[in-house]
Amino acid sequence: MPKLFAKILLLCALFAAFSSPARADQLSEDLRALNSSDRGKVESAVNSILARRDAQALSILVALLDDQLQVDAAGNAYRVAEDGSVTVLSPGAPPKPENGKPPLVDNQLRRTLEPAIASLRLTSPDKDVRLEAAEDLAKRRNDELAPVVRKALSVEKDSEVKAKLELALAPLDLSGTDVALKLRALHAIEASADPNFKPDVERVLERTPSGEFVEKNPEVRLAADSAKAAIELRALWFGLIGHLFYGLSLGSVLLLAALGLAITFGLMRVINMAHGELLMIGAYSTYVVQKAFQSYLPDHSDWYLVFSIPVAFVVSAAIGVLLERSVIRFFYGRPLETLLCTWGISLILIQTVRLIFGAQNVTVANPSFIAGGVELLPGFVLTYSRVAVILFAAVVVAFVWFMLQRTPLGLHVRAVTQNRAMAASMGISTRRVDMWTFGIGSGVAGLGGVALSQLGNVGPELGQGYIVDSFMVVVLGGVGKLAGTLAGAFGLGIVNKLLEPVAGAVLGKIAILVFIILFIQRRPQGIFALKGRAAEVS
Amino acid sequence: MKIRIPTILVGVLGLIAGACKGPSAGTSPAPAESAKAPDAALAPAPAETAASETGPIKVGILHSLSGTMAISETSLKDVALMTIEQINQAGGVLKRKLEPVVVDPASNWPLFAEKARELIQKEKVSVVFGCWTSVSRKSVLPVFEELNGLLFYPVQYEGEESSYNVFYTGAAPNQQAIPAVEYLMGAKGGGAKKWVLLGTDYVYPRTTNKILRYFLTSKGVPEANIMEKYTPFGHSDYQTIVADVKKFAAGTPTAVVSTINGDSNVPFYKELANQGLKASDIPVVAFSVGEEELRGIDTKPLVGHLAAWNYFMSIDTPENKKFIADWKAYAKAKNLPDADKRVTNDPMEATYIGIKMWAQAAEQAGTTNIDAVRQAIGYQTVKAPSGFVISMDAKNHHLHKPVFIAEVKADGQFQVVEKTEGPIRAQAWSPFIPESSKKVADWTFPWVCGNCTEAKFKSEAAVAAAEPAAK
Amino acid sequence: MSDEKPAAKAPAAQPKSPAPAAVRLESVLSKRGYLSFAVLLALSVAIVPILNGLPPDSALHLPDYLVTLFGKFFCFATVAVAMDLLWGYAGILSLGHGVFFALGGYAMGMYLMLAIGDAGVYRSKLPDFMVFLDWKELPWFWKPFDNFLVACLAAMLVPGLLAYCFGFFAFRSRIRGVYFSIITQALTFALMLLFFRNETALGGNNGLTNFKEIYGYSLHEQGTKLMLYMLSAAGLFVAFLIARFVTTSKAGRVLRAIRDEESRTMFAGYNPTNYKLFVYTLSAVICGFAGALYVPQVGIINPSELQPSNSIEMAIWVAVGGRGSLIGAPIGAFVVNGAKSWFTVAMPEFWLYVLGALFIAVTLFLPQGLVGALERVRVKK
Repeated sequence: MPKLFAKILLLCALFAAFSSPARADQLSEDLRALNSSDRGKVESAVNSILARRDAQALSILVALLDDQLQVDAAGNAYRVAEDGSVTVLSPGAPPKPENGKPPLVDNQLRRTLEPAIASLRLTSPDKDVRLEAAEDLAKRRNDELAPVVRKALSVEKDSEVKAKLELALAPLDLSGTDVALKLRALHAIEASADPNFKPDVERVLERTPSGEFVEKNPEVRLAADSAKAAIELRALWFGLIGHLFYGLSLGSVLLLAALGLAITFGLMRVINMAHGELLMIGAYSTYVVQKAFQSYLPDHSDWYLVFSIPVAFVVSAAIGVLLERSVIRFFYGRPLETLLCTWGISLILIQTVRLIFGAQNVTVANPSFIAGGVELLPGFVLTYSRVAVILFAAVVVAFVWFMLQRTPLGLHVRAVTQNRAMAASMGISTRRVDMWTFGIGSGVAGLGGVALSQLGNVGPELGQGYIVDSFMVVVLGGVGKLAGTLAGAFGLGIVNKLLEPVAGAVLGKIAILVFIILFIQRRPQGIFALKGRAAEVS
Repeated sequence: MKIRIPTILVGVLGLIAGACKGPSAGTSPAPAESAKAPDAALAPAPAETAASETGPIKVGILHSLSGTMAISETSLKDVALMTIEQINQAGGVLKRKLEPVVVDPASNWPLFAEKARELIQKEKVSVVFGCWTSVSRKSVLPVFEELNGLLFYPVQYEGEESSYNVFYTGAAPNQQAIPAVEYLMGAKGGGAKKWVLLGTDYVYPRTTNKILRYFLTSKGVPEANIMEKYTPFGHSDYQTIVADVKKFAAGTPTAVVSTINGDSNVPFYKELANQGLKASDIPVVAFSVGEEELRGIDTKPLVGHLAAWNYFMSIDTPENKKFIADWKAYAKAKNLPDADKRVTNDPMEATYIGIKMWAQAAEQAGTTNIDAVRQAIGYQTVKAPSGFVISMDAKNHHLHKPVFIAEVKADGQFQVVEKTEGPIRAQAWSPFIPESSKKVADWTFPWVCGNCTEAKFKSEAAVAAAEPAAK
Repeated sequence: MSDEKPAAKAPAAQPKSPAPAAVRLESVLSKRGYLSFAVLLALSVAIVPILNGLPPDSALHLPDYLVTLFGKFFCFATVAVAMDLLWGYAGILSLGHGVFFALGGYAMGMYLMLAIGDAGVYRSKLPDFMVFLDWKELPWFWKPFDNFLVACLAAMLVPGLLAYCFGFFAFRSRIRGVYFSIITQALTFALMLLFFRNETALGGNNGLTNFKEIYGYSLHEQGTKLMLYMLSAAGLFVAFLIARFVTTSKAGRVLRAIRDEESRTMFAGYNPTNYKLFVYTLSAVICGFAGALYVPQVGIINPSELQPSNSIEMAIWVAVGGRGSLIGAPIGAFVVNGAKSWFTVAMPEFWLYVLGALFIAVTLFLPQGLVGALERVRVKK
């Protein structure tokens, strides 16, 4: 986006030479009209600025759309960025706006502005700018701009941009009478397979009540048929891929929520009902780090997320260790009591957070590098935050695996969980290992909290929503097996997402729970059963 | 088979004794008052009434401070306490101080009923301000009707109700949902042709959407162009639903009407933003998202989405400036979390108006007697922070309220894009629902009924004729 | 309380032939036990109505709202007895007992809903929420609930049946300990989601409310409330007696044997599945009974009763009171709920701390619960 803006500024510079002083008065008049409370006046002012079709108009309209335009009493325009830096948009104006007023921008205005700006950008020498503009125009139909688009199409050399422009003109062409244009439009639609144009294509195939085709030309109908088929095929594929992706992302959320529990419950057999609250603490740590960045390092505030990962780990791990030392260690071997006691702990943690941070949710913003998404193909958006969560889940799993399999601590942990007495007699301090294991499990839960803060709300009750799911994942996967937790989480996520469109969100979830209950009854040890005696210890 | 009788006896008896004492030990004045009642006993009035005519006036506050609803309800408790403090500083009501009794029903619906009973019977409060969810209101309603209590309910709700014992200071559907949909239908709002009615699966969204469906069909929208979807409470994964909305909307101007509740809004809006649904393409109008809810959301990607309320913090009136300044000062003085960033919202304004109206009515009635105050509340007017003079409808117990439609701004505030000329009268029974369209809520003579198709009393003459016969 | 351990260790000491039920009653409680049982029963049932009947200005007068509150506590205490029977004697910790309680409640709620008749908001024979959702006729499973007796029976049979089916699969595949706790939690969670759905035809999130009368008596009358209270109080004692009957029987000893050493019991020739299934079902029936009494008193039943946290709380009542004694459990229910009622008014901001601390303290310092602690103090003297 900043790159794009730079290009636009370059454009401005190119066009600056052409602006004549005679038109300047009209412009300042229009600019002042932008602040009028009469929406009609504002609209006509925008159209009048648009009609100039020069670089200055473009930069003014862009600033207006971004809600960063200010107009002073003399009708000079400024772009005032969020950080307060000012760009003068009217030549010869003073460097800072005096009593500058930001015009109100509402949806109505935005709907005019977006295609208008796109049409202005069509003349850019840069191909990427033109392509993006053409895509914008294809997304937002605006018949009034058709002449501009047609003109741009006639001079366009790049085939990619050309295709998008043809697509932008398609609805208009299809409702016209020119057979060649209609065919061109249908081919463009077929090539894009964009579901947005399905209603247009279907209109071509409509019949009158007496059963005759509205469209007389069979060639056009044939083209429309194949365009429709292409759209439907694409929709089918991307429906499937979409559900798989959604399932994968839900699975990784479940995995992150459950991984900490897979350690504390799976390995140590501590029924930690406060596990959800450790997730919540991880999320709140993220919030605190974000706040610190906003107040001390506002220029790098996007990086808070990277920094919050270790912080959340350490904070949750510390609280975990504290819990283990003060309470949980008295309960080893008495799982049911642990359950009740940790339930009490979770109540206390929730209320503490509520008293410190308030009962309301707190804002955790997605950093710009994971905000938004890429529309891989029309109708299917790969959102960056989801991709980031999937990757993050992979990293955390790798971290846990490494910790357990490749470090001396991991060796001790495995030894103690497999045979405590034997491990103790080999000189391992089981108490210390317990403490560290629980700490790491809690820390991993904190990492899960970081991820959850990017997707949902951060509030005192955050953890309560995940506790049942987490236990389900661990139990389904098989207690004590990391691979089981992995399989459990992704299996649940994907099945859930495949069921959701068929059965609806609620019934889908119920079906999943019933399935888990039945599955555990068939295979009490979960997907990945431990072999031998370890399975009997519970 | 030996049972240690003494142990058990002592234990259980002690327990019963403890339980009897337990709840009343919290506030000892009640028994003390009745204990020193000998002089009052000579008077014809019962002891309790005599006691309640002097000393502070007790006012119940019934909002969840823990559990899932704490997120919304705690600030209503705070704003109620603030308003009570203001009234006390101005000399109280009937020259007596107001004494708030705060209880925590913990987002637990049966507990709401229990606490309501306790407030009325034990604390003998003169009025209760509280509840947020429809189910909590439904849960306490029988209690208030049975014990003749007085409840002020400050949240927008689904309508289809009018109780003699409740005053509704939030919006009925025609004061929120219908104006918003009309706006989105018009050229200004984008001229939506297809509608997605998206909500959490409970009675408020169901009813609102039912009313909207009838309304939309009456405006000629075909059934095929309406998509209705519900998600469970606490639903946090909106990937599929947002993708469905996109698919449904393809190529046609579409608007989403969201009655998604509470916590689910954050994941919904985050998903919306990340999948690139801009307000200028598919505007979402929400009826449960206000300033307080936006505090938990990164609002930059939401710019342009809409909300409809009867009040917005950004409304520029002197009354509102004072309301906001008072609230911020109160938050600071009481050390509420995040005091400098506290916002005001519609239910808070409704709470504020409700308490003011009750205080005025009690002043006017010259007593806190519930029947007298109830008669006085009708026709009370308050100059509200929204800048309008708001009045209580004596007939259906709802406020006349103005409607504002506003777009989300990047700073988490709203920019009003449309408002009604003046306050609109609430329709307790929606004319769009066939079963309700003939119902009348009118607590004045000769109807005296919240849910009737004909008046309870035929005419004054008929009543006059009936009266001597009854004597 | 002290007699549990030896009995558990010696399943062989059981009598060869079980005595007929009438004779068995004698061994359920000792003579003094029966005496104190009768005294307590009379006290609980009678004292509240008497105190409530005193003139309002009397110092001993019990306000009306406390009657309903105590009625509610007695329902909870009954649930606690059922939990203790299962957890304390069979070692099965169910974190889904809210399901049975709620099912009983729903069964009664459905009757109460239909008893409203056409006095509801929409003046229709159908419950209001059905009119709301445009249903034209009563779903089939609502129809039998027109009848009070059927509803009462269903309040116990439906939970029993569900428990039997669920338990059959669970115990047959030898799910025990923590796993059982977790899948019962999943059960209550799944049912909660199911009941939240408006399509389930049980009122969705709002559940069933706005009841008017029960068996012809107005629910707003103080007399009806006292009656319901007395039923709840008596219900606790009946449940206690039933539980006591089971635990002092041969089956009770087998159950304790299973609790302490399941494999060994199996090798001794007992099939744990049947015993567990029996006690699980019985416990569910008692819960359903308590739920049915609970609903007319609180006036609402909705899916929030099915929240996993509610079921966990039930376990906590038992833990606080002390499990494996049948006496501790109801005491725990009274203490925890009494504390909750009091603290939510006395210190609304901090009551979760108190509650949380109570759970931690009890599990940490009083593993035998309050009753166990009292016992220890007594023994030391």
